[in-house]
Amino acid sequence: MAEKYSQEELLRRDSAAGGLPGPHERVILRRGRYSYSGNPKHVKYLGLPNPREWQPHDEDWKLPENWKEIILAGFRDRLKKYRSLKLFMDICVRCGACADKCHYYLGSGDERNMPVLRAELMRSVYRRYFTLSGRILGRLVGARDLTEEVVREWFYYFYQCSECRRCSVYCPYGIDTAEITMIARELLNLVGVNINWIIEPAANCYRTGNHLGIQPHTFRDNLEFACGEISEMTGISIEPSINRKGAEILLVVPSADLFADPHIYTLYGYLMMLHEIGLDYTFSAYASEGGNFGLFHSHDLMKRLNAKMYAEAERLGVKWILGGECGHMWRVVHQYMDTMNGPAGFLETPKSPVTGTVFRNAASTGMVHLCEFTADLIYNGKLKLDRSRNAKYRVTHHDSCNPSRAMGLLEEPRYILNSTCGSFHDMPENTIREHTFCCGSGSGVGTDENLEMRLRGGLPRAAAVRYVRERHGVNMLSCICAIDKATLPALMQFWVPGVEVCGVHELLGNALVMEGESERKANLRGEPLTEAADEKE
Amino acid sequence: MKIFSSLAPAAVLCAAAWTGYLAAPIIPGAVFPFAAVLIFILGTGWRIARWLASPVPFNITVTAGQQKSLPWISHRKTENPDNAFYAVLRMMMEVLMFRSLFRNTMAGRKPDGTPAYGSSKGLWVGAMAFHWSLLAVALRHLRFFIEPVPAVIAALEAADNLFHIGTPGLYLSDIVLAGALGYLIARRIALRSLRDLSLFQDYALPVLVAAVALTGVLLRYFERIDILAVKEYALSLLALSPALPAGAGVIFYMHITLVSALAAVIPFSKISHAAGVFLSPTRNMPGSSRRRRHENPWNAPVTVHRYGEWEDEFRDRLIKAGYPLEKSDGGKI
Repeated sequence: MAEKYSQEELLRRDSAAGGLPGPHERVILRRGRYSYSGNPKHVKYLGLPNPREWQPHDEDWKLPENWKEIILAGFRDRLKKYRSLKLFMDICVRCGACADKCHYYLGSGDERNMPVLRAELMRSVYRRYFTLSGRILGRLVGARDLTEEVVREWFYYFYQCSECRRCSVYCPYGIDTAEITMIARELLNLVGVNINWIIEPAANCYRTGNHLGIQPHTFRDNLEFACGEISEMTGISIEPSINRKGAEILLVVPSADLFADPHIYTLYGYLMMLHEIGLDYTFSAYASEGGNFGLFHSHDLMKRLNAKMYAEAERLGVKWILGGECGHMWRVVHQYMDTMNGPAGFLETPKSPVTGTVFRNAASTGMVHLCEFTADLIYNGKLKLDRSRNAKYRVTHHDSCNPSRAMGLLEEPRYILNSTCGSFHDMPENTIREHTFCCGSGSGVGTDENLEMRLRGGLPRAAAVRYVRERHGVNMLSCICAIDKATLPALMQFWVPGVEVCGVHELLGNALVMEGESERKANLRGEPLTEAADEKE
Repeated sequence: MKIFSSLAPAAVLCAAAWTGYLAAPIIPGAVFPFAAVLIFILGTGWRIARWLASPVPFNITVTAGQQKSLPWISHRKTENPDNAFYAVLRMMMEVLMFRSLFRNTMAGRKPDGTPAYGSSKGLWVGAMAFHWSLLAVALRHLRFFIEPVPAVIAALEAADNLFHIGTPGLYLSDIVLAGALGYLIARRIALRSLRDLSLFQDYALPVLVAAVALTGVLLRYFERIDILAVKEYALSLLALSPALPAGAGVIFYMHITLVSALAAVIPFSKISHAAGVFLSPTRNMPGSSRRRRHENPWNAPVTVHRYGEWEDEFRDRLIKAGYPLEKSDGGKI
């Protein structure tokens, strides 16, 4: 797919002037920068509005007749429900501090990708219908009629935001573009303006329990396959446990970990470590998804998908929940789950049965991040690690947007990396931790048809990787997010060839010395332990 | 176009003041300020009440540093507060020091075309200078309204007039305010992207502030208005029996009119950020949403795919794959 673009071409930024488009100005939807519409079959399955055949490049979007009333009523309703929305509509002073913080703006040069201007697309409609000055003075004060052209433009630009919240870190009032984008997408979805890459995984997840639509028997097959691989590599056999009542802990991971490459190596890491410490845990095929594409659609759909975790934890009678490496999953778990589907009175305050550490920071929600759990194990000397098994990797770490800016999980993965690899190098400080750049494909826009925008939006991340590659010879980019693992390999291949992508627990699995294991000749990828990884050079 | 038309409100207000001065000085001298104070108080109250009327359904703190998790990991208390105390500290850093703006960087491109980021404190310096000097100017004006002048205000004025340049002494805050305002307006015009995103009011409001400042400067340094007369006038306003200062010229009425307009427009414009920032849910909440549950007053009911329905739908496969079932006899739950 990426072959049709060249670096030179994508380094050229648009020079087109931006500014707020007029209400009747038609924004050009450029191929390569948007995703296709939701398949009506899945829209219908979820009971969402206006299922129909349509595509963004069609002239007629087949909106319901009263689309304008629907959107405005939805807008009014959300102004009543969300103080954030009201406030963010009112208090922006357009200082421009956010402008060059957006990876899509940096990569595309399209001024409407400046967070402030993206928000103005919506704010202008707010002024026109919900403020006195906007009603009276109109265009003069930046108020615009809501037209079909505006709906098109909302579709284009609110799916060119990955809800990464980087801009919000710099905003003097904490205006959160993710919040604005989330609500803009809700309004669009009210009239059936949606994208398939969100609707289909959400429908799958609602039905089978996970985004990929893995049915329970395949779920078991995949876990057994993973255990078989581990047995071949280490000589240690692991019995996967699924839907087992009475287990102490429920483990929920992004379903891609069972299915996709390089995610599966991270799964090996989890399985090996949890076996090694003898944790009494179970997977669930019903709650078999950590991620939540509902988050990219609406608060309601987020809640509908997330409900399975607590329901299953209660049914199985576990004490607490352990969660795998997934970015937006942790946005939902940390900031929404307890509020939406709690209180989870049936859970206990998580306590590591191995070290006795009580995770008071998860006292109410009852769910612990695997990186927190593992860092605690290592700190207490419960894992035997051999860093030399990762000797061929020179590692850097990509902080995923949500664990960074909606949680603050920054040092735990670094602690694990430094304990499992001999050569770790952080990228420049403006590009990591709370300043981290999105992979360019977050929030459900990781589609093939949107590839140009993804490569452009991923440029700031890739450029920072290139910096440490040139300086320190970095050849491995670690991350704790399933979307990262799915999309960073293509991004690296395009901008920084020679850098591979892995999960933190894959490197842990490599380094982990297991009781009674056979001599390891290969790493979890089946590659020799010592050979230089980047022969391509 | 936006830039030129944004001069209009200040110009119209000056014309209104002039007309009032000639026809009925009591209008710009008393009616305007009374109306403005009323609008400001009621408007601000309405604005804040309107914000508060909407709940905060979720804890959406933006965490800008390490969370509090394991005891041996250093926690960034004010960047990722864990309790109300540190959330208040974070808010104070934001309101008093513009913490978030201090992070600002400027993106550029390296010779190979890839982006790079440099420190960019210009906006932070400009914003700090603007807001703090504006506060100093406002506090200085309190000496007109309080008799005797409190020692703090007198000390502030003395400090502001530290260098005793000219007579009456040139206030430092006036210089800083003029410089900062000039910088903020110039920046908006000079940077293309900022020009493209700016609206009419983004120029008109600073122009209004500049007009207030300019007329104030004219009154003090050029017209050398009788300070005692102004003080008597200010106290008469407070006593709700306005007596206009004898000998005040048109510039004085312009100053009063412009500042009245500014006060009246605050609740209905972006200047309401001064109150709104305190309510910003990404900044004023602790990030401890897993430790303490946040309640949503309207927690929306939704339909979910319950376990029983799932087991029924996949029963055959579940049996074949050897799963433990709730209803193992094959019947429906």
